Amino acid sequence: MKKEGEIRILAGCAVAGIISKSGGKINGGEIVKILSVMRDRSNGLGGGFAGYGIYPEYKDYYALHVFYDSRDAKYVFEKLLEESFDIINLSKIPTKKIPEITNEPLIWRYFVYPLPTRLADSQSDEREFVARFVLKTNSEVAGAQIFSSGKNMGVFKAVGYPEDVGRFYLLDEYEGYCFTGHGRYPTNSPGWWGGAHPFALLDYTTVHNGEISSYDTNRQSMEMQGYKCTLKTDTEVITYMVDYLNRKVGLDMSEIAGIFAAPFWKTIEAMPKDRRKVATYLRQTFPSELITGPFSIIVGFTGGVMALNDRLKLRSMIVAEKGDRVYISSEEAAVRMVEPALDSVYSPMGGEAVVIRVNNADAL
Amino acid sequence: MEKQIINCSSLSSKEINSLLRVPRTSNVALTGILGQRFIGSGMKDIDVEISGTPGNALGAYLDGGKISVKGNAQDAVGDTMNEGNIIIHGSVGDALGYSMRGGKIYVKENSGYRTGVHIKEYADKKPLIVIGGKTGSFLGEYLAGGTIVVLGLGIDGTVAGNFTGTGMHGGVIYLRTDVLPPNLPKQVSVFDAGKDDIFYLESLLSEYFALFNLKPEEILSSHFFVLRPNARNPYKQLYVLN
Amino acid sequence: MPVNFIYPSFEIVRNDTRCTVCGVCVAQCSNGVHRFNDSRSRILSDESQCVNCHRCVATCPERALKIVRSDDCFRDNFNWSQKTIKELYLQAGSGGVLLSSMGNPEEYPTYFDRILLNASQVTNPSIDPLREPMETRVFLGGKPDKIERNPNGSLIINTPVYLPLKIPVMFSAMSYGSISYNAHEALAKASKELGIYYNTGEGGLYKDFYEYGKNTIVQVASGRFGVQTEYFSNAAAIEIKIGQGAKPGIGGHLPGEKVKAAISETRMIPEGTDAISPAPHHDIYSIEDLRQLVFSIKEAVDYKKPVIVKVAAVHNVAAIASGIARSGADIIAIDGYRGGTGAAPTRIRDNVGIPIEPALSSVDMRLREEGIRNRVSLVVAGSVRNSADLVKAIALGADAVYIGTAALLAMGCHLCRSCHSGKCNWGIATQNDKLVSRLHAETAKERLVNLITAWKRELQEMMGGMGINSVEALKGNRLMLRGIGMTEKELEILGIMHAGE
Repeated sequence: MKKEGEIRILAGCAVAGIISKSGGKINGGEIVKILSVMRDRSNGLGGGFAGYGIYPEYKDYYALHVFYDSRDAKYVFEKLLEESFDIINLSKIPTKKIPEITNEPLIWRYFVYPLPTRLADSQSDEREFVARFVLKTNSEVAGAQIFSSGKNMGVFKAVGYPEDVGRFYLLDEYEGYCFTGHGRYPTNSPGWWGGAHPFALLDYTTVHNGEISSYDTNRQSMEMQGYKCTLKTDTEVITYMVDYLNRKVGLDMSEIAGIFAAPFWKTIEAMPKDRRKVATYLRQTFPSELITGPFSIIVGFTGGVMALNDRLKLRSMIVAEKGDRVYISSEEAAVRMVEPALDSVYSPMGGEAVVIRVNNADAL
Repeated sequence: MEKQIINCSSLSSKEINSLLRVPRTSNVALTGILGQRFIGSGMKDIDVEISGTPGNALGAYLDGGKISVKGNAQDAVGDTMNEGNIIIHGSVGDALGYSMRGGKIYVKENSGYRTGVHIKEYADKKPLIVIGGKTGSFLGEYLAGGTIVVLGLGIDGTVAGNFTGTGMHGGVIYLRTDVLPPNLPKQVSVFDAGKDDIFYLESLLSEYFALFNLKPEEILSSHFFVLRPNARNPYKQLYVLN
Repeated sequence: MPVNFIYPSFEIVRNDTRCTVCGVCVAQCSNGVHRFNDSRSRILSDESQCVNCHRCVATCPERALKIVRSDDCFRDNFNWSQKTIKELYLQAGSGGVLLSSMGNPEEYPTYFDRILLNASQVTNPSIDPLREPMETRVFLGGKPDKIERNPNGSLIINTPVYLPLKIPVMFSAMSYGSISYNAHEALAKASKELGIYYNTGEGGLYKDFYEYGKNTIVQVASGRFGVQTEYFSNAAAIEIKIGQGAKPGIGGHLPGEKVKAAISETRMIPEGTDAISPAPHHDIYSIEDLRQLVFSIKEAVDYKKPVIVKVAAVHNVAAIASGIARSGADIIAIDGYRGGTGAAPTRIRDNVGIPIEPALSSVDMRLREEGIRNRVSLVVAGSVRNSADLVKAIALGADAVYIGTAALLAMGCHLCRSCHSGKCNWGIATQNDKLVSRLHAETAKERLVNLITAWKRELQEMMGGMGINSVEALKGNRLMLRGIGMTEKELEILGIMHAGE
């Protein structure tokens, strides 16, 4: 049977996110709890979380989380890593053996920084350097996959129900200002941990519910820009598009939302002149980044999250607030599990991006 | 009769529904509901009051009786409902009353996208949905029969979204607003409500007003739009036999 | 005693019980096939002149006529077919180069017919185009290299010149001279009504059509006929024709007899003189010369209109396209070997060039490999016959298509392939006033509008079935295609998988 990445595996799912607008600490156990309520939306074949602000002691270093199929893969990868990076710290990611999670690969974590000479030689900035290293490893080093590569953040994922994945990774021992989470319902048995969500590149993470019909058009556009879609999942290509449009092209999150979920022409024509010109420009300049098909995504990045639904809003999503906390979820009941009394609850409209930033993002 | 209170915080959807199927002559209050799905699916003779947030597909295929929720509900409430009442003292999510063919759904606040899709009426079965606040896009998509009323209480501007009534070929939609929703399809005809319409609404909504303690005179004296399908068979694609 | 080497291909079958000897067929046939006998009691038909254009069949009020393939035959021979032998006889009798009209009719594989489309179920809903938005709008032109902002952070609209289209279909280049004034009028009017474009071909733009300038693409071919400033100012875009699918590598020739008053005026050459388009542009001998021509035109229009470069699909079309993309063109048009023509040498038409499907795929993939796909839009032709071909072309990477033969068929053409005779009975490929008047421009325009409207609806239905509601998400979406009955190599070149994968 073909492995994920050799073929495309379709999935439906549950997504959730919690962020503290003041940058306050949230316990990782809370996101796990929210997802456990939405168990019916998954089928136990994938679950995962992203946490931001979880490595304050190492916040200036890139935290690489890596899966290995074998010791050989680890050996090969570590050699390559040493050639390009200063390795400050390395260890296995702490996990707990539970019967629900089986067949785990080797899971390691490295805090690294690009070697100054190598960085200078590459004639690029450190983020481009790291991104290229990650893309190269994931497409060329057999049996190794870097599944998280940002500063002061990390992804934890596996094949299993999200609540079991959360227990496995001891997620309640982490604290951060933002967590996103995902439960997967693929229509095939992938057997490969890398295919679970979130997908991450640098500090961009995406959790996604839905299936995009524009996938191949998006993929071809990203491959032309140098990204390699090794997993062939929607989440992978969406994360690459976010990285490309935000880091390389220089668009902000709400402009990116205006490309992913570009309004219909009829809607654009009814807009006031300045907005109409910008909406037309974005749609005309980035047509291969338009996403069609039902989707609900939560994109995490340093200092914030963006939640976005497709323009017809074919997937559900609610946003709720309580004090300085904002909750995002596929279902309201899931949020009320951790926060029974909410200040406000609403459903964003199709194509309406909800961008929440931490107030003093620079201090993070 | 005494209301029987059942705490459901550790019960699954299946367990809750099993309890509800035991024949009762009294009514039931379920507390601690948080996300359990399919509550009351396919049931007939129940009278349930829910505290908490029920999960998706509340009252799907309901065939009689009453379900009320003290708070918000989620998606797919009253899916393919045949008979009975569902009352939400809050807002609901998407796909409310999909393919309903009888009964009533009363929502105090707002509803999401695709409210009242493909509702049908037959003989004396005339389904009704009343939304107190506003609703999202695709209201009454493929409407084949029945009545939908959106009151827009406390809402400024339009009370429905894009593509309202797209595919409508039966039934009627009443919108209490001065601002028509954008991009109404050609197959929908719009009228201003006249005295007869208001008279009809007065009796149609009397139960709703009583339930939520509303004053009929104020509400009925505002402007309503009436949306009806344009012709009997307006969706003929121009085909040529091959 | 004369020996007839060439026996007529067709026989005219007249049902004598139906024929009322009304004489319509006699009046309608411009080839002199039908005539009254001396007593006018019967009509006689000389099948040696018949080209099978169906004019008499279509106009006979009693449906008394039909044209059949003559069943007179040579002895069966797989290698020396009837057609091969006849062509040899023609050459032995004349010493001439065989000349044909319209596109390659030979039995080569048609890849469009071996590609299947996807539909969504369960995991991705299909969309009903009658009730939900289904957008077919495209923009042809390059994309900006990077975004720019004003000091206050707002985006600068730095889109390069482009052509907006309501549907990704345009009418292909057919010159005034090869087709009639009325045909051009129909094409111009239809383009305006549909919100698309038609192409003047290399014959220039007649002044009567200036009012349709906003929907006109003017062509600059090697003969540069009619190319002056008004030509440019009355156009929406300018197309440099390097080659066409039907006759890659060779030029064109409009015989002097066809160069009548209006054509002479449009092409700006004397009446009765031959209009020769030399094979290469005699000022383009290398890619940098092309770049120079492209920019000379851009300067002449002050960079306000897009420039298209049209080439024939040949073996190294991917490399050629890469060169063109780097030479400043905004749009590249590729014409496959099935493309039509008013007249071309038969051997060239039938043996030179490659099909548009692999050409399109290889160009699209090469431009993406080189990271320059966003600099140009791709328009393909030769031959797009229906809306399914249109969908497949877009999914293989095209931004839009040009249609030539399909448009002529809509106007009444019966593909008899006798355009080079100038006696088109349908008033399309002729300059004979009496024949031209048979083509009513308004009716022809209606038929063109009908065709494209029907295709648009079918496009929307197919897109809806795939769960796509904006055509830009279909472009290059190869996962929506599967091949059937193709070899590994063919699948690899097209970049698609086989049905079942």
